[in-house]
Amino acid sequence: MAFTAFSAAEQKVDESARKRSPIALFLLLPGVLFLVLFFVTPLISLVLTSLQEPVPGGFFGEYRQALNWQNYVFVLETYGVQAARAFGYAALASLFALLIGFPLAYFIGITLRRFPLLQALALVLVIAPFFISFLLRTLAWKQIFAIEGPVAGLANAIGLLGPGESITGTAFSVVFGLTYNFIPFMTLPIYATLERLDLRLVEAGGDLYANPATVFRTVTLPLAAPGVISGTLLTFIPASGDYINASRDFLGSTETAMIGTVIEANFLVLQNYPAAAALSIVLMAVILVLVAIYVKRSGTEDLL
Amino acid sequence: MRGFGKYAIWVYSGIALVFLMIPIVYTIVFSFNDSRRTNIIWRGFTFDNWLNVCDAQDVCQAFGNSILIAVSATFIATVLGTMIAIALVRYRFRFRNTTTLLIFLPLTTPEVVLGAGLAAQFLQAGVPKGLGTVIIAHALFCISFVIVTVRARVAGLDPALEEAGRDLYGSPQQVFWRVTFPLLLPGIIAAALLSFALSFDDFIITNFNRGAEVTFPSFIYTAAARGIPAEANVIASAVFLLAILLVIIAQVGAAIRRRQRANA
Amino acid sequence: MSNSAVSPREFAEAGADLELVGITKRFPGFTAIDDLDLTIPAGSFFALLGPSGCGKTTTLRLIAGLEEPTDGRILIGGKDVTDTKAYQRPVNTVFQSYALFPHMTIIENVAFGLKRRGVKDAQKLAHAALQLVELDHVSSRRPSQLSGGQQQRVALARAVVNRPALLLLDEPLGALDLKLRRQMQVELKDIQSEVGLTFLHVTHDQEEAMTMADTVAVMNKGKIEQMGAPQELYELPRTAFVATFLGQSNLFTGEVVSSNAESVTVDSQGAPIVVPKDRAARHSGTITVGVRPEKVTLSTGAVAESAGTNILGPGRITDVSFSGVSTQYEIALPGHSTITVFEQNTSISRMHRDGDEVWLSWSAEHTFGLADEGDVEHDAPRFVDDTPTTSIATRRRAQLKAELEEG
Repeated sequence: MAFTAFSAAEQKVDESARKRSPIALFLLLPGVLFLVLFFVTPLISLVLTSLQEPVPGGFFGEYRQALNWQNYVFVLETYGVQAARAFGYAALASLFALLIGFPLAYFIGITLRRFPLLQALALVLVIAPFFISFLLRTLAWKQIFAIEGPVAGLANAIGLLGPGESITGTAFSVVFGLTYNFIPFMTLPIYATLERLDLRLVEAGGDLYANPATVFRTVTLPLAAPGVISGTLLTFIPASGDYINASRDFLGSTETAMIGTVIEANFLVLQNYPAAAALSIVLMAVILVLVAIYVKRSGTEDLL
Repeated sequence: MRGFGKYAIWVYSGIALVFLMIPIVYTIVFSFNDSRRTNIIWRGFTFDNWLNVCDAQDVCQAFGNSILIAVSATFIATVLGTMIAIALVRYRFRFRNTTTLLIFLPLTTPEVVLGAGLAAQFLQAGVPKGLGTVIIAHALFCISFVIVTVRARVAGLDPALEEAGRDLYGSPQQVFWRVTFPLLLPGIIAAALLSFALSFDDFIITNFNRGAEVTFPSFIYTAAARGIPAEANVIASAVFLLAILLVIIAQVGAAIRRRQRANA
Repeated sequence: MSNSAVSPREFAEAGADLELVGITKRFPGFTAIDDLDLTIPAGSFFALLGPSGCGKTTTLRLIAGLEEPTDGRILIGGKDVTDTKAYQRPVNTVFQSYALFPHMTIIENVAFGLKRRGVKDAQKLAHAALQLVELDHVSSRRPSQLSGGQQQRVALARAVVNRPALLLLDEPLGALDLKLRRQMQVELKDIQSEVGLTFLHVTHDQEEAMTMADTVAVMNKGKIEQMGAPQELYELPRTAFVATFLGQSNLFTGEVVSSNAESVTVDSQGAPIVVPKDRAARHSGTITVGVRPEKVTLSTGAVAESAGTNILGPGRITDVSFSGVSTQYEIALPGHSTITVFEQNTSISRMHRDGDEVWLSWSAEHTFGLADEGDVEHDAPRFVDDTPTTSIATRRRAQLKAELEEG
């Protein structure tokens, strides 16, 4: 399954089994050209755009190429809060998704091993959210949390929510929505590693005087690490760039705007392309640094 | 204590699964709502929305666009991705690490960056946005998923099978189409279905590159401010039920086959 | 916590007695172990031998604490450990699959148990254990970088380093090739005499059990059929199962027709077969007697009757297979099931041929009498040996045919 993308990237294939052939070029060329044309050059475009300056006396949204580093200073000063918020929300959502997704993956991959039909059905339930519109699901939460709704009523009754206050439009509801939407992305890669876990290793741990908690910490968790890494990245990366949950038409408000929100606004509404591009580069750079540190630290040494 | 521990994971996971289902059930239930303009408050049960989906013309139009985009993007991504996957496993070539990085990077790039990057490029190149640009954008983010999925399948394929094909007088083309391709097909189909689902549900990348075209998700995004017609719920529910039916058939079939094999 | 004599926190000074009292284990649909009583004295090398599915692995898992018995008690060193968990028992297992932790280095694997018990010098002790199995030079590698034989030795070191009161071995040599097996057998014996632990070895390989253990218990359908020193089991099997699972036997069922102070005589299809009374489990009625194939001599002419010799014949040779040291003959005798005879290929003996008419004779004192009732010779379902002595080519062909039919 593609959800093991990040751990699968490390799999080794016997180098000697491969051969050189012109066929390789034929197979690679179209796809690689496509990726270069529509992935690499756009990134370069973004870098270039991020350094543009407005045409003096030009039309709205008209820019020319320059080396205008001030764009970065501008976006960091203006949108630093949104950027920090995006990474904060994404980190929280990843943490909550892990807290829900890991036990769920353990349950499906290990507890349900003896019940193959039940296991298959539980797996279908985890995949199910992929098949119904992301936006409609998020809207459904908004309506469930609505002021007249049952959840708000309950929260009012037990004093969690003051009268007239709303659940939606808060940091809580945005992180809640992000968590909900990315639980399957967290659960599936962890499930994929736990499903392959050799239970005899767990037994061996018990045989060697480790109590269940120690076995979990020293055997199960390290062996599930590739799945946890994969799942965390698959959750954190899209969550940090998301602006649907944070949108005020969905679970957010102007107080919850994330970096994606301001990139979209600058690009599509304000037509401030250099600012949008600079923000994108900042987002991309932070994520690449985080991914590199994360993969390197957990890939070479044990996670815990 | 031990009994309680065993019990706890069943309860916890059960609650988590129910939690995952809540908005899905909500969406399906509200596809039967006898709503007028907005579909927020329950006004009674009706089949009207299901029977007359295309009364809401804009919804149907958006749905048609989404299907067209998803099919085209899936086709491009599956063909190109499968070719790369085979090359990665089977052949030696220079710049191998660079190629791997090129495939890995789109997976670590947030959609908003992919979308903005493409939009910036189309802008600079003066390409007008439309269905074509959306298809390219979708094929781009699907291609890495296809490669990862199909590569696993190719890596699991015994090279001796192809050698046997050649040994039995098969030409390279015959061996590919009669031996390799049929064995890769389940992986390719899985990759194509994944691409279709990703493309059909994508909003962010689409939004940067759609111009004036409306897809199903972008329709919902725009309509969210004023209220979503129940017909949108109908389409989402129908797609969901169809997909889930296919998955259940495949999963249950696989489980039954596993059990038969275990008992044999 | 457990109140066992040997707390898992301390090293065992010596092996401890293991006692199983009335152990029963039922799984949904079948009973794996049925009211098993077994005592293994401290310091012994005990082998539990049986075909796959006989309950021997379940017994091992019960002792290790990986399964809970449906009924009965388990005592180690006189203390009841039935209700303690695996990690609380002074027992270690060498798993059939080795179960080495793939994410740890060899030394981390070996030191794992010591660290869990908070033993000081865990590293030093682990290195010493690796030296014992001559693998200290690979201590920083991962299990996947080692060969099967090396992994097996690491698994052994990982268990032995904890000085458990009882060491359980679950077919640990099964995956090794012949040469490595021999080497490991010797190594295991050495380690056992060096550290003086109680070893419980579970295997389906009769040769492995007989060469290594001081005491062998043959297990079948969740019960112990017979227990004793390997030689005793071979020379004097008590049941048809033991007689055919442990080596091969020719069995004859008949009525006891006469008896005197030393022996009884059985009528087998008209031929008298004499068995010494102290070698027969039962002395009257219908009994089954037997003789090992290598004890039987073939003659081309009629053999003169003499006291103390059992004679059958004439029969016809239906199959001859030459295996270097000896030759195996299959002989059809009217009224009897096929008889197997091994003859040493010494220079004076000459080969018989397929179709030859032969007489069989053996010394009466080599005959044994079984405890089984009924006509074991003809009625008993023929037991399928896990390691049959049919030629490998024939076996392989049968396997292939079976696979073809399945597919």
